[in-house]
Amino acid sequence: MNPDLLLFEKSSPGRRTLRLGALDVPQPDLTRLPAGALRLAPPALPEIGELDLVRHYTRLSKKNMSIVDSFYPLGSCTMKYNPVLHEEAAALPGFTDIHPWQDAGRLQGALAILRDLERDFAEISGLPCVSLHPAAGAQGELASLLVARAYFAERGEGERTTVLIPDSAHGTNPASAAVAGMRAVTVVSAADGGVDLDDLKTKVGADTAVFMITNPSTLGLFEERIAEIADIIHDAGGLIYMDGANLNAIMGITRPGDFGADMMHINVHKTFATPHGGGGPGAGPICVTEALGPYLPLPRIVEDENRLRLSEEAPDSIGMLRGWAGNFSVLLRAWCYLRRLGPEGIRRVSENAVLNANYLRARLRERWHVPFDRLCMHEFVANTRFQREAGVHAIDVAKRLIDLGHHPPTIYFPLVVPEALMMEPTETETRETLDSFVEDMLRIADECDQTPELVKQAPTTTPVSRLDEGRAVKQPVLRFRAE
Amino acid sequence: MPYIQNTDADRSAMLAAIGVRTLDDLFEQIPEELRLKRPLDLPAGLSELELKELLSERASWNSRGEQGSFLGGGVYRHFTPAVVDALQGRQEFVTAYTPYQPEASQGTLTAFFEFQTMIAELTGMEVANASMYDGASAAVEAVFLAAAVRRGRRKVVVSAALHPHSLRTLRTSLAWTELELVSAPLDESGRTRFDDCVDADTCAVLVQNPNFLGVIEDLDQVAACATEVQALPIASVYPTSLGLLRPPGDAGFAVVVGDGQGLGLPQALGGPSFGIFAVRQEFVRRMPGRIVGETVDRAGRRGFVLTFQTREQHIRREKATSNICTNNALAALRGAIYLAAAGPQGLAEVAHHCHAKATYAAQAIAALPGFSLPHGTDAFFNEFLVRCPVPAAQVNRALDKCGLIGGLEVAQVCTTPDALGLDEHHLLLACTETTSRMSIDRLLATLAELAPRTGAAGSDDASRPTTHQEA
Repeated sequence: MNPDLLLFEKSSPGRRTLRLGALDVPQPDLTRLPAGALRLAPPALPEIGELDLVRHYTRLSKKNMSIVDSFYPLGSCTMKYNPVLHEEAAALPGFTDIHPWQDAGRLQGALAILRDLERDFAEISGLPCVSLHPAAGAQGELASLLVARAYFAERGEGERTTVLIPDSAHGTNPASAAVAGMRAVTVVSAADGGVDLDDLKTKVGADTAVFMITNPSTLGLFEERIAEIADIIHDAGGLIYMDGANLNAIMGITRPGDFGADMMHINVHKTFATPHGGGGPGAGPICVTEALGPYLPLPRIVEDENRLRLSEEAPDSIGMLRGWAGNFSVLLRAWCYLRRLGPEGIRRVSENAVLNANYLRARLRERWHVPFDRLCMHEFVANTRFQREAGVHAIDVAKRLIDLGHHPPTIYFPLVVPEALMMEPTETETRETLDSFVEDMLRIADECDQTPELVKQAPTTTPVSRLDEGRAVKQPVLRFRAE
Repeated sequence: MPYIQNTDADRSAMLAAIGVRTLDDLFEQIPEELRLKRPLDLPAGLSELELKELLSERASWNSRGEQGSFLGGGVYRHFTPAVVDALQGRQEFVTAYTPYQPEASQGTLTAFFEFQTMIAELTGMEVANASMYDGASAAVEAVFLAAAVRRGRRKVVVSAALHPHSLRTLRTSLAWTELELVSAPLDESGRTRFDDCVDADTCAVLVQNPNFLGVIEDLDQVAACATEVQALPIASVYPTSLGLLRPPGDAGFAVVVGDGQGLGLPQALGGPSFGIFAVRQEFVRRMPGRIVGETVDRAGRRGFVLTFQTREQHIRREKATSNICTNNALAALRGAIYLAAAGPQGLAEVAHHCHAKATYAAQAIAALPGFSLPHGTDAFFNEFLVRCPVPAAQVNRALDKCGLIGGLEVAQVCTTPDALGLDEHHLLLACTETTSRMSIDRLLATLAELAPRTGAAGSDDASRPTTHQEA
């Protein structure tokens, strides 16, 4: 059988993997169900036996590049090692087979873990009130913006609906502002890569609700004028939101709450080593000041007489943005990570993440243009300026790296750098791995000079070569259909 | 340090290559006055062995209801074949990033193309996306889609028997929009009556099937009611039920959402699960989230890519269809593997077992003195409402003593219990294929002991459950 066939093409009527035993209660009379309630034809799901099911997904898994097989220096994604222990922990029956609405007295282990995490995140962020509810970073942004709206409404400042966002920000920032019914206004970057304070000053005003800042920025630079920025926003009556995507650079070194942030989200699937899973699930806890605490989402973890429970009552809360208390088994992995590392380990994470990024930058900068070439934090942005004459683009470099066994860096982001190659090695990689990546990047630089076609033809070692993304839009095929 | 491989020698050599002396020098960009001058106040680090002991201890503080559970309300204890764990747990899936580099991600992309197909088949719709966060947030996105398609209309009419978390999520999400949430009441049979609530200003009509009280809704009537005023009918489904129940696509729904937990995911305190989002073809470009499409490579070979990305936040920023970026991919992969393991026959079998067990329990409870089923014994899938002669909390305490997790004290979790006619005597009970007859019989025996002792209905008789209506 052709191993590249889809499940539907391998399907044969009568096969299946899941079989239950005999029913131990009487067969109900289905004719008693309301008219029109029953399904008339079964869904055309694939019919596959167990061995072929195992082979199908095993073969698919081998068509992925992942952290367990390759260096994965995706900027802003923090693709660090995901400890195997976390998978074992999350599979313990005492953590999987528990219902969120069962008696809280029978959930004390799970709730204690969530309570611990709230305290840990408050300490790391310097912001005392925490909600673990949001499903991912973008939902954390939305939750925080709704918290800000509720806060301003209560103060009679409902006219504050403008969200100021630097042009180097992640796309989720303006998108979250739009979903919150707020107006996104872009603030341009200064020549040094930081926020342009003159532009900021012209845009801040009585309508300013929130300034969203990613610090360190997506250029991998710490905003040295952050205290001044915080003063400008606070003096105008606004709030500072910190996008926590790059928290991995500063843990134990500086805290957002101490440099002026009023709210932030944490991407636990970046900073706290929970798996990316091919796109999720993540978790996006938010941390806020005391003044904003009453507006945090539901449910809340509350303690009465040494007994923890989840409460769905809080008069000023913005309510819920999803079901339940949060992505518990993702949060559980983050708890494991924090317990293993402790305060010293957490600081070491940031130190080594910044060390690895600077080492990579120092070794690449001769052959790859680094637009903001100074000490960076946990990531830096290079580009293909030196390769312009060869007609090689960031996407070509990315594909060539795949052939050489490395996952590419993030490309074409941030938007403020043309042809960007955004590299974040993370703290869990060795010097040898970084050296091998450097050697291959230098090799690609040579190839761009000597045999640019080789780079433009890449990849050639993957299950498919470059795919026609235009065709996928113009002639959309979004599901399998039998011939 | 755990997970950090650099040695002191590595660090020295790397600092030299960078041209600085110490690790502290690397942080010179951070103004001195903003630095934390003390260690973080976190518990000291543990060895792997110590952490495993702590994990076992914390896990043991949670109780799993060893003798069985009747608690549902959106999260259910289903059986998952071992292959689902083993295949979804492959680290090549677990530790991969979002498939933005398609040549290096054909595994994930192919699996999502198959997932989209399976979800479309299951719901009776034309296309599905590659997952949302969960059922409640997917319902909000569906309402936003309807509001965009029917721009200018302000009313969103939703069943009063929507899951309370979906209702709360909608309230939060619509609070600052022009949209107005209108709650459609239930009739005596427990079905939602939309007719008096929809009008020409309605953009969306949202129904959950089965609804939060377990009752199977009349999908044809809901769809007809919505389309009559050109509103978009949206259904939120419990996917397991679609092994037995009519898919909303067959009844003409425009959007189908739902929570995927039943498809092979553990209860896990409610998350992560994944959200289902399926639409008719005409709304594809309005869909939120990631979508995988088929294409060809330079040699003409079939391959898969993320497509229609100009809908998404990383391209369109504030004009995107949604702010969603990270979705619930790995949980959805689990759902896909589960559906592939089940196939049409396996899924139908699971659904039949759920329904049969619940019917057996419901009929026996209906025969107990003092207990009644407000919506009867023939209108539900796997979950049904019971009115008890004593407070539901008392019933649950009695069940807890037998090692059983009881039902949902439903009036406590609903935001408007009075409007639904619910009080402290109502209990919502759920069965699945994992509910053994023995645990149902134990439930019945316990309920019988709580029944009022009048005449023939003494505790001795009632503790022996009746097995009537053998088919």
